Amino acid sequence: MAHAYTPGLKVTDNLLIKKHRILPLKGEVIVKVGDKVNPDDVVARTHLPGNVVPLNVANKLSIPPEDLKEVMLKKEGDPIKEGELIALKKAFIKWFSSKCEATIDGSLESISTITGQILQRGMPIPVEVKAYLKGEVTEVIPNEGVVVECVGAFVQGIFGIGGETSGTLHIVTEDNTTILTEDLINENMAGKVVVGGSLVTAGALKKAIKVGIKGIVIGGFDDKDLRDFLGYDIGVAITGSEDIGVTLVVTEGFGQIDMARKTFELLKTEEGKMVCINGATQIRAGVIRPEVVVPMTGDKTPEMVKSETTTEGLTVGSLVRVIRHPFFGKIGKVTNLPAPLQKLESESMARVLEVEFEDGKRATVPRANVEMIEGS
Amino acid sequence: MTKFENPEDIKVIVATDCGSTTTKAILIEYVNGEYRLITRGEAPTTVEAPFEDVTMGVLNAVAEVEELSGRKLLDENNKFISPAKDKEGTDIYISTSSAGGGLQMMVAGVVRSMTAESAERAALGAGAIVMDVIASNDKRLPHQQIERIRKLRPDMILLSGGIDGGTTTHVVELAELIAAADPRPRLGSSYKLPIIYAGNKDAAELVKKTLADKVDLKTVDNLRPVLERENLGPAREEIHELFMEHVMAQAPGYKKLMSLTDAPIMPTPGAVGLIIQTIAKQYGIEAVGVDIGGATTDVFSVFRPDGETPVFNRTVSANLGMSYSISNVFAEATLPKVMRWVPFKMDERDLRNRVKNKMIRPTTIPQAMEELIFEQAIAKEALRLAFIQHKNFATVLKGVQQQRTIADAFEQSSSGATIVNMMTLNMLIGSGGVLSHAPRRQQAALMLIDAFMPKGITRLAVDSIFMMPQLGVLTEVQPKAATEVFEKDCLIHLGTCIAPAGKTKKAGPVMKYTLELPDGTVSGTLQYLEMKKFPLGIAENGLPLKIKATFEPEHHFDVGAGKGNKLTTELNGGVVGIILDGRGRPFDLSDLDEETRVTYLKKWMTELDIYPKESLQ
Repeated sequence: MAHAYTPGLKVTDNLLIKKHRILPLKGEVIVKVGDKVNPDDVVARTHLPGNVVPLNVANKLSIPPEDLKEVMLKKEGDPIKEGELIALKKAFIKWFSSKCEATIDGSLESISTITGQILQRGMPIPVEVKAYLKGEVTEVIPNEGVVVECVGAFVQGIFGIGGETSGTLHIVTEDNTTILTEDLINENMAGKVVVGGSLVTAGALKKAIKVGIKGIVIGGFDDKDLRDFLGYDIGVAITGSEDIGVTLVVTEGFGQIDMARKTFELLKTEEGKMVCINGATQIRAGVIRPEVVVPMTGDKTPEMVKSETTTEGLTVGSLVRVIRHPFFGKIGKVTNLPAPLQKLESESMARVLEVEFEDGKRATVPRANVEMIEGS
Repeated sequence: MTKFENPEDIKVIVATDCGSTTTKAILIEYVNGEYRLITRGEAPTTVEAPFEDVTMGVLNAVAEVEELSGRKLLDENNKFISPAKDKEGTDIYISTSSAGGGLQMMVAGVVRSMTAESAERAALGAGAIVMDVIASNDKRLPHQQIERIRKLRPDMILLSGGIDGGTTTHVVELAELIAAADPRPRLGSSYKLPIIYAGNKDAAELVKKTLADKVDLKTVDNLRPVLERENLGPAREEIHELFMEHVMAQAPGYKKLMSLTDAPIMPTPGAVGLIIQTIAKQYGIEAVGVDIGGATTDVFSVFRPDGETPVFNRTVSANLGMSYSISNVFAEATLPKVMRWVPFKMDERDLRNRVKNKMIRPTTIPQAMEELIFEQAIAKEALRLAFIQHKNFATVLKGVQQQRTIADAFEQSSSGATIVNMMTLNMLIGSGGVLSHAPRRQQAALMLIDAFMPKGITRLAVDSIFMMPQLGVLTEVQPKAATEVFEKDCLIHLGTCIAPAGKTKKAGPVMKYTLELPDGTVSGTLQYLEMKKFPLGIAENGLPLKIKATFEPEHHFDVGAGKGNKLTTELNGGVVGIILDGRGRPFDLSDLDEETRVTYLKKWMTELDIYPKESLQ
């Protein structure tokens, strides 16, 4: 068996990229098929129902719950305003009357004569979905959202933090092995997405936020810095909603690891162009990886388009990255794929492959511990 | 339940478990007067795009079984040939499923430690993942609770509250919160969210009035009719019913799968719970089962707090696992607690990065011995933490008034005390990759001992190929087949651990032992902080060899007959054998100073042959 399938991260200069931009609830789509869109353009919007705030009116007015409807001045469905009188228990002497006021703006959802409480519904919360990519709307899903397409370079990362953003691509380090340090960052980089080499230091990250850099694409990041930076330890890899002022896309893993040369070179050729990046990561079933998209300018030309082809299996000659110690981060070419299970140093029996690294050294590693560098 | 009135007529059984990534099929046949596993097959689960039909994975796994066994099971229309004849067909086909994220539930009750906890127990026991527990006194404001219900999108909600004749207002308030949240089911929007009401019967009508228009409301008997007693059966049955009717029916291909099976499809963890309960019942023992996965760890237990009635509990530690959640184990256990099990030093910054790299690349395996040792240290902590959670959950009912006599004055037992008793525990069963696939079986045994710290005499076993779910659902159809295959083919008997409980401040003897091993009787004295291993294997029939043994503990140690009391008993062997653990109980490795700790770790690992000697240098 000379074939094995080990999915890897995609790094390619020319890919048809499709993104579904869908509302969390049904709403209104405000673009049409064929529209050209920019990352910050709103493509669909809706309103989420407002928050519900209960209020026990019966308790407040010291009446039995079953009498509630008699004292209510508003009925179910009526609009309410914070501080507005909504229930009144009249007494013979006015001074002894008691009243109840709404605590939020919104509407009166329900009145319960069993518990004596009313439910106030807050104002609807507007939600907008942006295009994220610079491209074209190719499909409208009525009341739900759209599909935005573009052709461009695409780099999949392994881990990221922070959500969708865009900016001009700027290469900061001279090569893929250099550490991105504080002194390499300056105020001219505000609004840009910067690319570094093997590691970004905590100092550099802080300065990046200070000067207003939108995103950082980097080979490795130290877990200790991540924890210090976020103020908590990430327990499971589900990210994207952090509000830290910058989006980080890590292409190789934790620790100091050279960015794959191919990735770095690709990004270098795209320097100065507008890029869209997203740090959202979810490593569970239905995996989501962070990404860097460099949309091509001009109309897409179909003959240029290499659509997402099915991945070929691992074969002799495939370019792979080792993703576990003792050869972590090394990149090499597969030289042999022996079929029988072999005993590892840890005494586990596993399927292995032989690999020749870029420095000419050879090693045997379990197939589970490599990933293909796709698009090679 | 099946087409066979007499379970004895079932001679060939095919069972599958549709997991989130792999579908596993097993073939059981009745040969030479006993039920045995013939072969197994597996194939990737096909619930998600592009296939979106779970039966494809099932048929692929069954096809592998056909190929390996030479038995034709499917006809040209991909239907099971039934009943079995010679080398063709199967008498029954059954299945469990956790594909598509399993059964995700939310539970609600009035008091967090009483009805809400009983509801949680019912849901967990049915095999659900409990996403959140809403209670009138959970310290969240109503709008926060509503927000939470709305966001989570569970498969169903179990609402309880109030003993019969007790509070109605609080229960209806909870119902109002749920109505206000207007929760949507997780899968599909074409049906209403199922809600089971199992609370105060006097409030049933009022709850119906509040919720019936918005959701699919089912009412069952109160799960806590009086404070002193839980009645979880009806709620659990309704959960299983709705799981089939709604949740499964929404998942791609399940309608087709349901038409193939001869018994209802069960949630995987629910089925594992069933087999553990069946075994405990059949042998009259107390048992703990643990399944440590990549993302979560499940613990199942059957204890007899009153000495007779078995009480079953299940907990899920949602963020303790060996790959997706490994970083969380590290964060919760803390670095020193993990590193105490490692007999050499490692750099903290490097370790942190290694853990995170395993989290983002969960399918990698340890290549270097150092990595294996470190991974097994993390597994010990994950298991230990999951078991702490289990002990805190498996308690006598809270809120029950107890009558005390003057004799109880010095006993600190209170309402809500754990029913987990490590001294009376008879069997500890481990499952999950890190335990089942440990390169040396001794490693699995030591992981179980170090994590659970069993006291007295405890049998240890691991599940060989994770077929507990299939056997669990089989107990509903043919319990004899389920228990026979469980004992002989499913379990890998590791052996027995004898760990005297007690502590001493200085070195010295813990107990005298006499083991009547097949090759001759061995006697000796176990010293404090010493561990010993004696081989005692498996008989030809697949069951462990048994021997007679006598233990005479020192006056402050107890092996099960009381402090200082002699015990003569029968011990079961296994692929590892008999392990004597002289470290005392309670035992905390962190109490030892650095040098002593490393010295002893190396001694134990050498004596039990855990890792190659050179890796401990």
